[in-house]
Amino acid sequence: MSVGTVHATPGRAILAQPPPREPGRLMPAPSFDSIALPHLDAAYNLARWLMRDATEAEDVVQDALLRGLRYFSSFAGGDGRAWLLRIVRNVAYDRLAARRGLATLPLDGDGEEGSLADTLRDPGDNPETAVGKMQDRARLDALLAALPVEQREAIVLCDLEEMPYRAIAEIAGVPIGTVMSRLWRARRNLARLAKAGGA
Amino acid sequence: MLVQADIDGELDARDAAAIAAHLDGCAECRALQAQLRRIKETTRTEATRFAASDDFRRRMAVLAQSNVTRPAATRRRLQWGGWIGSFGLGAAVAAALMLAIHVPRDGGDAQSVLDGHLRALQSGHAIDVASTDKHTVKPWFDGRLDFTPPVKDLAAAGFPLRGGRIDAVDGRPTAALVYGHGRHAIDLYVWPTVAGDAAARDTARKGYHFVTWVRDGMRFWAVSDLNPAELDEFARDWQAAD
Repeated sequence: MSVGTVHATPGRAILAQPPPREPGRLMPAPSFDSIALPHLDAAYNLARWLMRDATEAEDVVQDALLRGLRYFSSFAGGDGRAWLLRIVRNVAYDRLAARRGLATLPLDGDGEEGSLADTLRDPGDNPETAVGKMQDRARLDALLAALPVEQREAIVLCDLEEMPYRAIAEIAGVPIGTVMSRLWRARRNLARLAKAGGA
Repeated sequence: MLVQADIDGELDARDAAAIAAHLDGCAECRALQAQLRRIKETTRTEATRFAASDDFRRRMAVLAQSNVTRPAATRRRLQWGGWIGSFGLGAAVAAALMLAIHVPRDGGDAQSVLDGHLRALQSGHAIDVASTDKHTVKPWFDGRLDFTPPVKDLAAAGFPLRGGRIDAVDGRPTAALVYGHGRHAIDLYVWPTVAGDAAARDTARKGYHFVTWVRDGMRFWAVSDLNPAELDEFARDWQAAD
């Protein structure tokens, strides 16, 4: 993957064309609202962090619910939160792609230069101080907002929504190994940004 | 990244123990672990977790409940779900398997269609979109279903279109077209199927009559308290109409 590029969304084909299915399911299905509404805050939080705008986040969640209603028959049970967040993510990425200007971002994306350990071991600054500078809500929000979108989404899902790697991988449509490397780079970038911003 | 997986709680007991053993003898990895943990904890506790506003939440609740699932259907399914939950999953699966073995497919669909028909009559909520114009009814289904049902008006044949609604048959959203014939109502349920074309067949159940057929990847079920001859006529006219 190239540095700092917002990629097309893998895995959204699953939502594009649900297979026709005869109503032969033996147990009654739960209703859409009983699956979706308990996760409205999670949906809004993810949309808010991906779009970095309150109004656009509401638009994304509304579109996601409409898309979810339309494709609810493709919901095969299981984790309703991951199912809904995946739709939210796809709607948000569609809008980000349409918006342009986000094609390249200043930070390294999935590149391999440097390491978290190197960053933290940088003799120019005390790592304790670097992380310490993060401990200020407004500042931390700004650091997180500055991350490349895929890293931001990994942090939001892992640390704010406290979801397991497996669910994050399902939402992002990538292997678990990719989730791990995105989290790794995100945390390295957070430490680096905290240090640079405070210098 | 194993250290990271450890602080994210993703390692099983054996791997976590192996990491712990390694950390005992490796100051570098211990420092890395401490840093990662601080970053994670700081993000977890200090970053804003945005919540939807009350107004937005209300609007989305209306949206989520509006289209596919009508209130009456929702209540019924929730009770049913609660019943299954209390009955125990194993028993439910066993019961479901027995159903699958003993009840012919058409019987299950007929009962489900009849349930929907009666639910609509009893709730007085038979029509979501009231129109005699197929050019109004057909587009109404767009965006509410993942397929487009064919809509025809048979006013000339004595079966005027009254409107349509979305109804659940066996948990799946389907299109229900509502037709009138004198004081009688006919519901025509439509949903996609992988089955090939099949000619119309009649059934009856609890004083209601049914005609079902498959055409161009769509399964049709007409249900009404009309007499069988008139319902057959409706089915024939419908299939012959443009």
